[in-house]
Amino acid sequence: MNALGIIFSNIHDNNVPELTMNRTIGAIPFAGRYRLIDFTLSSMVNSGITHVGCITKRNYRSLIDHVGSGKEWDLARKNGGFVLLPPFGEKDANSLYSTRLEALKTVLGFINRCTETYVVLSDTNSVYNIDFNQMLQFHVDSQAAITMLYVEKDMKDISGRNNVMLKIDSDSNIKEITVDPKVDGKVNIYGNITIMRKDLLVSLVSDAIAHGVQHLVEETIGQHLNAMKVVGYKHNGYFEEISSLQRFYNVNLALLDKDTRDSLFGVAEVYTKIKDSAPTEYGENAVVKNSLVSDGCIIEGEVYNSIIFRGVKVGRGAVVRDSILMKNTSIGDYASVTSVITDKNVNIRDRRVLAGCKELPFYLRKDLTV
Amino acid sequence: MAIKKECVTMLLAGGQGSRLYALTSRVAKPAVTFGGKYKIIDFPLSNCVNSDLDTVGVLTQYQPLLLNDYIGNGQPWDLDRSFGGVHILSPYQAKKGSDWFKGTANAIYQNITFIKQYNPDYVLILSGDHIYKMNYAAMLQYHKQHEADCTIAAIEVPIEEASRFGILNTNKDGSIYEFEEKPKNPKSNLASMGIYIFTASKLYEYLEADAKKEETSNDFGKDVIPEMLRNKEKMFAYKFEGYWKDVGTIDSLFDANMDLLGDMPNFDLKDSDWRIHSRNPIAPPHYVGETGVVKNSIISLGGEIYGTVENSVLSDHVTIKAGAVVKNSVLFSGVTICENAVVENAIIDEGVIVGEGAVVGAKPKAKEKRKIAVIGRGYEVKAKGVVEPGEIVEDKD
Repeated sequence: MNALGIIFSNIHDNNVPELTMNRTIGAIPFAGRYRLIDFTLSSMVNSGITHVGCITKRNYRSLIDHVGSGKEWDLARKNGGFVLLPPFGEKDANSLYSTRLEALKTVLGFINRCTETYVVLSDTNSVYNIDFNQMLQFHVDSQAAITMLYVEKDMKDISGRNNVMLKIDSDSNIKEITVDPKVDGKVNIYGNITIMRKDLLVSLVSDAIAHGVQHLVEETIGQHLNAMKVVGYKHNGYFEEISSLQRFYNVNLALLDKDTRDSLFGVAEVYTKIKDSAPTEYGENAVVKNSLVSDGCIIEGEVYNSIIFRGVKVGRGAVVRDSILMKNTSIGDYASVTSVITDKNVNIRDRRVLAGCKELPFYLRKDLTV
Repeated sequence: MAIKKECVTMLLAGGQGSRLYALTSRVAKPAVTFGGKYKIIDFPLSNCVNSDLDTVGVLTQYQPLLLNDYIGNGQPWDLDRSFGGVHILSPYQAKKGSDWFKGTANAIYQNITFIKQYNPDYVLILSGDHIYKMNYAAMLQYHKQHEADCTIAAIEVPIEEASRFGILNTNKDGSIYEFEEKPKNPKSNLASMGIYIFTASKLYEYLEADAKKEETSNDFGKDVIPEMLRNKEKMFAYKFEGYWKDVGTIDSLFDANMDLLGDMPNFDLKDSDWRIHSRNPIAPPHYVGETGVVKNSIISLGGEIYGTVENSVLSDHVTIKAGAVVKNSVLFSGVTICENAVVENAIIDEGVIVGEGAVVGAKPKAKEKRKIAVIGRGYEVKAKGVVEPGEIVEDKD
């Protein structure tokens, strides 16, 4: 695929402040052993994109740690590969970008030097497994200047800010772009994925710089809807946006359903950082029902309807229900947790009882001991 | 010219492993699965890198395709180095002729040029069919302290089993005065682990001499070591304490897998100070369903468990359907056990499908010896099919 991938790892950080305190949104852990960026990177790699620039802004240490040279995605290459694009403060440290367009301005030099014909732009706040070849084919077939991916969602499943609704006519042309619409029912929501020719992106960004425009989608593209052909590409497969802590909880637990799980993982392989954990050990008295369990865990107690990340310990007699336990969480003997999200390295002492509810899961921050 | 390395490791991985029957009909023994996500060769390779030995030659011969693929550039073990790293050494055609590796010593002899290019002071020789965690750096230290010509790692085995091993008879200071291959009446219970450190110059000398001989099986245990002892070279035994298992037979491979289970397993894979590296499967976490029961078992990624699993070791992508029961068994990657099938005391190789209601193996009857059923790679047991305890089945083509 003759396209350059550009990933925005920070946009939407503010939607899930709990989980992005120590990390960018792309580094949010997901589904027992992944980070959100894995889905974007894997889709790009599986689509044959071998050159990916990842724009970062702040708190990107965990992202660097996770992606490293990109070898797990086969992106450690002499030609192309994974390129981390840290913020480039031009005159003073305060000049860091806050929108996609400002971010693109700072890496225009990088984009200009790339030789690929097309660009695939994606945020990292969504979980998906998409073949971009089909989207590019659609883009070429419809002779579009810009193709924006959208999904049909019910407004009640949408939370967070900056949701972009697309109004599309029967020829797939985008007629109107609305931010945070005040409507009900099914809507076409922009998936924060766009394809266009690289030189068009460069000229749009240069033009925007000249005119002092801030936003790529709402302003730059929005203003050109009449001037050029901007089309919507509907994605019917799995697509979930992590737009709040509640969504994070619901979307994770929804993976306990086999069909949902298959619609995400059954499409193409999803790659992630390798930790060489040993397989998970189940004790003599372990009871595990309807749960996803990653590697390196020791399960001695009971686990129901939960997502268990790598290296989690569940002590004897402990009961875990409807919870998400991130990496290296330790649940003490006879402790009980219900509807809880534990971040990395949380330690719950013996016999502690903690409970949130499904509508308001209880979040425990990284490294906390209770 | 390569950079000098103090010690070069040669890993003998050409063994056919004929006593593992169906499990090695298409792969070399070192590429046989172990412990849910490992291959046997992960253990010596991980030991090397954990011991800071970064130059490893892997000698392959029998069915090398999957093994070569698995090792690749050595990246999973951090052995993709610019200086040193892992090198796959297969038999090759030279100016003077071409030969398969005849014995262990001959295999090293044929690759002596590889060793010499690093100009090492010592050469560590390992075999690719043992499960253990060992710090070779400590053994090298011991070798240097004793200014030995050859140091052989040794482990105490029960005296009644000693006649199955090469036995080292040592003086008080650890020096070896006699080596007996599978003695009928063993004088000691100190068994050779097939791990040797040679001072490089001595190794070259003896390998070259051995290669010139007519009457030799070109084997370290049978020829080179006895010859060195006859010539009164300084030979020491390095006593190893810890878990070590030769997994050359179905029973020992099965037992070694079972040693991973329990609260205090005999062999612990979770040791974060001595991590066993491997080429990891690409898969989401495994799923245990509403009807799933898992007790005293270890399970890798990507599985779907709707049946019962007890005292078993499951590799990645194993599916246990509802009503199926798996007990005391070892299931390799991608195995599917269909509804209401029963598997007990079995080793099931990659991609096998056990059909609905089939019965594989069984619990031994009172006073009967346990017999492990083995199903070879890709075999399909038909619905209601039966694989008897101890039976070995495989695809013929």
